[in-house]
Amino acid sequence: MAQSPSGHRISRRMLLRGTAIEAGAVTLPALLTACGGPGNEVKIGSNASDAVPRKAFAEVFAAYKKKTDKKVKVNTVNHEAFQEGINRYLKGTPDDVFMWFAGYRMQFFAEQGQLAEIGDLWKGFSGFSDALKKQSTGKDGKQYFVPYYYYPWAVFYRKSVFEQHGYEIPKTFDAFRTLAKRMDKDGLDAIAFGDKDGWPAMGTFDYLNMRANGYDFHVSLMGGKESWTDPRVKHVFDLWRGLMPYHQQGANGRTWQEAAQSLAQKKSGMAVFGLPHPGQQFSAADREDLDFFPFPEIDSAYGQDAVEAPIDGFLLAKKSKRQKEGKELLKYLATPAAEEIYLKRDPNNIACNDKAATSGYNALQKKAVELVSGAKQISQFMDRDTRPDFASQVMIRAIQQFINKPNDIDTLTKDIESQKKTIFADS
Amino acid sequence: MPLTTARRAKRRGPRRFTSRDLAVIGVLLGIPVLLDLALVWGPTLASIGLSFTSWDGIGDLHWVGFDNYRNLFTEYPPFWPAVRNNLLWVAFLGLVATPFGLLLAVLLDKGVRFSRFYQSTLYMPVVLSLAIVGFIAQLVFSRDQGALNAILGDKSHPVDWIGDPDLNIWMVLLAAAWRHTGYVMILYLAGLKSVDPSLKEAAAIDGASETQSFFRVVLPTLRPVNVIVGVITVIEALRAFDIVYAINHGRNGLELLSVLVTDNIIGEASRIGFGSAIAVVLLTVSLGFIVTYLVQELRGEKKG
Repeated sequence: MAQSPSGHRISRRMLLRGTAIEAGAVTLPALLTACGGPGNEVKIGSNASDAVPRKAFAEVFAAYKKKTDKKVKVNTVNHEAFQEGINRYLKGTPDDVFMWFAGYRMQFFAEQGQLAEIGDLWKGFSGFSDALKKQSTGKDGKQYFVPYYYYPWAVFYRKSVFEQHGYEIPKTFDAFRTLAKRMDKDGLDAIAFGDKDGWPAMGTFDYLNMRANGYDFHVSLMGGKESWTDPRVKHVFDLWRGLMPYHQQGANGRTWQEAAQSLAQKKSGMAVFGLPHPGQQFSAADREDLDFFPFPEIDSAYGQDAVEAPIDGFLLAKKSKRQKEGKELLKYLATPAAEEIYLKRDPNNIACNDKAATSGYNALQKKAVELVSGAKQISQFMDRDTRPDFASQVMIRAIQQFINKPNDIDTLTKDIESQKKTIFADS
Repeated sequence: MPLTTARRAKRRGPRRFTSRDLAVIGVLLGIPVLLDLALVWGPTLASIGLSFTSWDGIGDLHWVGFDNYRNLFTEYPPFWPAVRNNLLWVAFLGLVATPFGLLLAVLLDKGVRFSRFYQSTLYMPVVLSLAIVGFIAQLVFSRDQGALNAILGDKSHPVDWIGDPDLNIWMVLLAAAWRHTGYVMILYLAGLKSVDPSLKEAAAIDGASETQSFFRVVLPTLRPVNVIVGVITVIEALRAFDIVYAINHGRNGLELLSVLVTDNIIGEASRIGFGSAIAVVLLTVSLGFIVTYLVQELRGEKKG
């Protein structure tokens, strides 16, 4: 729903706009499909409704037009509305090529036969890591997705705060906890935390789970194959409960933006965020001071192998009558050149294609590249790795409840499990 | 029936309807009836039908009997809080906000100084949509950056007005009541202006106290306004949606049936069957109020 990590540019303004969209949701399918036009142009469904990405994409498509002399028509829809209407969109008359997310959230629609398979294109692709290919592959082993950019999640902090107090980057969870305790003593909120929108805390859960139980468990848990009453899941909540006293209190009433501001104001010491999130709340001068470290190791068997890095990219609708033209466009979008044009305009992400020039990157982007290229596995994000209704209807509520009452883990996990059974039984 | 009436009309003279009249009436009544059937009853019945399926909006319908309802009542944690909140909403608006609006109307009607000023100030929130009210409520009640906590000045343990699930519903009700009170006030004010002053004088001459004359004389003459206000209050309470959606998408203590319906039906993997079941519950709750209202109305007509 409206709380995907990729909806990271949600501001208060967006909130209001979102409500207005909500009201107009009924008219949405009509809006989404209102895209006539001559038969030879490729239509692109875009969810890049915010100013910066919208402009950046416009430049990419303009470059494609110039290069190939093909006609392209972009159909931009509000980011959240696009997500909410995706079902009706795909069943109706979708655009030829459209923006979407990798992983389970793509596989879900591939399984329903809504996406065109592009394995032939993938044979010609270069510059994409195996992890990226895996995320672009459906459950049937065929490729459907062209990855475009991604942004890793990590623990963000201010260098000056760490210097001032002599803190060191924690490598292990014990060191992390000790550091949090120390910050608490120094009068800081150790971990800035805002979960009013429901999705930001999922990042912390994912990392705790992948560090304690490994990436494979994360995937099968999200895929509905493991029981939530499993001791391994309880262990994750238990680890989190141990950290709760060092989290900013009242997280359910705080937006992630407010949490990031407390980091900027040096009122809190660290925060688990995605790459584009905290920077927006920092003044330009302070942005230099922002840094991150990978989420610490919990079980040495899994180390810091997995990195949570949601990937955005493009899909070709099976219903499209311009498969050839669509594929041509996808081929272009997979090139380093196409990614460079975008990232020049929107430096909050990093290119998927490792041949894309990184010379224009800022320090954080460069570090992010290092982080993801060293990753053994790349996870997406809870609401992209599982059924969207399970994430939004069950997990958001469960995590908010956990934040309110961290001590009742048994009831919580039992609740989640019984709801999971009904939701996954539907599929 | 219409045919025989028409024939009779021809036989018995001008007071009966001509066939042309009947055609006109048929069209004028028929169109609204058809619209009513198509736009109100059709979707209602469709919702009820869908609530017994596990439809995802695309594929085939699978009948699941009462499974959705069983799930809803036993395994869907936000459901009972949502029912409770909806009823709380009715109770709060009905028992607190509406009487308060009446009180303000009476005070203003008495002609306190600057009454015009108060009147417009109190009415002002009504022009705002509830989504905007929700937005304003956040500015006031936010834990870290809200105006209220800035005034209270408790830096070490600030109250989490909209994050605390036991507290936030009351803050939201307060914000909703802020708007509702003005609405009710203006309706009563209009009603009070039309009450014949001689009624009050007569009551005063008969020795009724001010309170007595209000409750025994004035309020009963306001019956039409009372009915409208009652209906509006119930409608506002049951359709409440935008204010909580603007605040936190109706989660964490702010659940409402309307939000649960929306969340389940609109979305990437729509659970239309399940959402319809929630909608049917909301319909049942509404029917409870509608039936009570109709029974009251009909009784009142008989008496009058």
